Amino acid sequence: MSSSNPLRDPADRRLPRIAGPSGLVIFGVTGDLSRKKLMPAVYDLANRGLLPPGFSLVGFARREWQHEDFAAEVHDAVKEHARTPFREEVWQQLIQGMRFVQGTFDDDDAFERLRGTIEELDKAQGTGGNFAFYLSVPPRSFPVVIQQLKKHGLADQSSGSWRRAVIEKPFGHDLKSAEDLNKVVHEVFAPDQVFRIDHYLGKETVQNILALRFANTMFEPIWNRSFVDHVQITMAEDIGIGGRAGYYDGIGAARDVIQNHLLQLMALTAMEEPASFDADALAAEKTKVLGAVRLPKDLGRDTVFGQYAEGWQGGEKAVGYLQEEGIDPQSKTDTYAAIKVEIDNRRWAGVPFYLRTGKRLGRRVTEIAVVFQRAPHSPFDHTATEELGKNAIVIRVQPDEGVTVRFGSKVPGTSMEIRDVSMDFAYGESFTESSPEAYERLILDVLLGDSNLFPRTEEVELSWKILDPIEEYWDRHGRPAQYPSGTWGPVEADEMLAREGRSWRRP
Amino acid sequence: MKIDLTDTTASKINKALVQGRRAIGTPAVGMVLTLVIVTDEENAYDALKAANDASREHPSRTLVVIKRVSRTPRDRTQSRLDAEVRVGAEAGTGETVVLRLYGEVVDHAQSVVLPLLLPDAPVVVWWPVNAPLDPANDPLGALAQRRVTDTYAAEQPVRELTARADTYTPGDTDLSWTRITPWRSMLAAALDQVTCKVAAVEVEGEEFNPSCELLAMWLADRLDVPVKRSLSNGPGLTAVRMATDTGRIVLDRADGSLATLSIQGQPDRAVALKRRETAELIAEELRRLDPDDTYASALRFGVERLSEVSDAGVAFDEAADAVLEPPSKSDEQSPGLDAPSPGGEPVEAAAEAAAPEAEAEAPVTDAPSGTAASEKKAAAK
Repeated sequence: MSSSNPLRDPADRRLPRIAGPSGLVIFGVTGDLSRKKLMPAVYDLANRGLLPPGFSLVGFARREWQHEDFAAEVHDAVKEHARTPFREEVWQQLIQGMRFVQGTFDDDDAFERLRGTIEELDKAQGTGGNFAFYLSVPPRSFPVVIQQLKKHGLADQSSGSWRRAVIEKPFGHDLKSAEDLNKVVHEVFAPDQVFRIDHYLGKETVQNILALRFANTMFEPIWNRSFVDHVQITMAEDIGIGGRAGYYDGIGAARDVIQNHLLQLMALTAMEEPASFDADALAAEKTKVLGAVRLPKDLGRDTVFGQYAEGWQGGEKAVGYLQEEGIDPQSKTDTYAAIKVEIDNRRWAGVPFYLRTGKRLGRRVTEIAVVFQRAPHSPFDHTATEELGKNAIVIRVQPDEGVTVRFGSKVPGTSMEIRDVSMDFAYGESFTESSPEAYERLILDVLLGDSNLFPRTEEVELSWKILDPIEEYWDRHGRPAQYPSGTWGPVEADEMLAREGRSWRRP
Repeated sequence: MKIDLTDTTASKINKALVQGRRAIGTPAVGMVLTLVIVTDEENAYDALKAANDASREHPSRTLVVIKRVSRTPRDRTQSRLDAEVRVGAEAGTGETVVLRLYGEVVDHAQSVVLPLLLPDAPVVVWWPVNAPLDPANDPLGALAQRRVTDTYAAEQPVRELTARADTYTPGDTDLSWTRITPWRSMLAAALDQVTCKVAAVEVEGEEFNPSCELLAMWLADRLDVPVKRSLSNGPGLTAVRMATDTGRIVLDRADGSLATLSIQGQPDRAVALKRRETAELIAEELRRLDPDDTYASALRFGVERLSEVSDAGVAFDEAADAVLEPPSKSDEQSPGLDAPSPGGEPVEAAAEAAAPEAEAEAPVTDAPSGTAASEKKAAAK
């Protein structure tokens, strides 16, 4: 993008950031993610006028489709899942740049056809050779696709144009495999052209953590070990593994969620103020925090892994994990994981961070709760404050996005009785309807080359360094604790906190 | 829930608001701003509907001030305030109070509105029609950080633009300006794609549509080249043509929704450029409440200087041909500016007519007033 454009003016804040001439190639375009998230996000971006004229969307899959079939499929997906209303003229703009390439990942002809398609689009649509390759494919296909891109010259950037790779989690299943994967990818794409999607980081509420902390004065002074008692980060799902047995078994909740989402949320909650809001400064601070994470000495005591057992979930009967179709009845895969970590730095020394995630829990919720210490001295007598809990600031990531502040307040009418009340900032009801989906933001950032919201290689590898010892411990010791579906996890997890005089929040 | 109050006061309305919120069980609401809509009975419904739609993005307290016309001298001496308080589902995501003012209180609307503003939250005033000539010094406008007018709804839009320029105060904005954001963004995107030097521009659109003038002034202001405003049958803006040293760039929208972007040497591309609903415009307007300096700069460029360019007979094609030669410094001097405008254009006359009125409104701003100053500015250029 030329900086000499006289129509661009930093003071002109109405003009949105429009991506330059470019196209997006989606591998695995027939998949769920593509239909439910990616295609609607592309349409929503176009509808908001954020895509460049001539933007092109290329689907690559095994299915025997013509361009028209693909367009029809996108049309249906957009109609069903897009956030913004369907508009014919936006569709007309998009459809001109839609192409489908049929083939398997090891099919050389197909990749040649893909290259032909890209060259044709450069001519017909003016995409200028700028293409992002979105790998919405199973992890085992990563290396094949990456190698094919290299072999057919699709990853070569000519002067003035770019080629980028977008990859989805999992970024490996342990440190070693992550390093291998990074090596494969970086051999073909330069590190700054690789975008790892962690869709949590695209959420408005997650970006709001930084705004909350660093744009205000009232939170940061108490955001440290002198005032914070502990931090709980929860991501709970109410669903089971559904049809993903093949992917999930052997991976488990910790690898699936803690390694990426929860550790990223923790890094954003705990990091120091970055020097600026650019990608390098942010990554530097997050890396520092992740590097300072210390695991508990006794992993048996301070980590818990579990599996959902048969039970009732929200009025429906649910089978246990081991009874799910396609799951080995002897499987030790965790569907629930809770760990305690500490961050060894001046700000956080001695403050435990409890991370937990699980399937088939009470309800679907993701939140960060910063729980404060009790007041050092209370002028009220014991009976007055009996019902008073600890103060807390809760950042609700999803659903019902917002921030809750919990504090004590006098109950009206009584002599002196203090009880917890909540003060609520609801992003949710009013803003979400119009605030963009995470994928919209992230796809746009990829096209703009803005890597603020994407975890980097070092962050991924550091996260595995944190998780690997825990996974190894679980492998060698014991079996997952069973918890009935629809509850908030195994009793062992409650005991883990109770030993330290704390308890899990009921989110 | 809806509470009707007849012959009431601001404090009773405040009580009704609290009562209404209690009754529907949401005592605290996270409203981010107060939107004051000043309108007549005729336009109230549409304006309120647009505001309620926009409130999905910006939960707000909406105060609709409807000034009723008194038909007889007796009516004018009597003063009455009626209010309709709406909370909950009927008011979008915020609260709405429709205020109907009769008689003398019409001239003192600010006394009703002031007690009803949300504490500590920004105030936006929007006049869908009949905006005052000097919004910042209007008693209601003075309460607001942001004053939204709509010259599109004016009888003589171009004349109105001149008045806006004369009284511009940071925080002023106009929906005619909001309407062209997609055009501006697409034109900027087009110039992102080619490195070139623009020599002349033509903006084509329907008559009496101030958005065309604003777009032309913005382009002239940013690019420092002659911009010609030409007429078409619409709808709205129909085309922008830029002559550059690498060829033509044309953004053409004949049907008001799907446009074609043609850049010489590149394939033609379809671009969605739909004319937007008022609700979308208001939502965009409420997104940022800081002064819009780009608008100010474009506005102050002056409508009359656009007409000079056209009158001086700088044919767009001539200018286009001129720069296809290697560019020299002298290109930046537009031939039209040296010669005084022959005048006689209705636009020019209108601008002059607007000037005394604007002065009568006692401009306290440091904006140059009247055409004399504008001409000086043009001459100094």
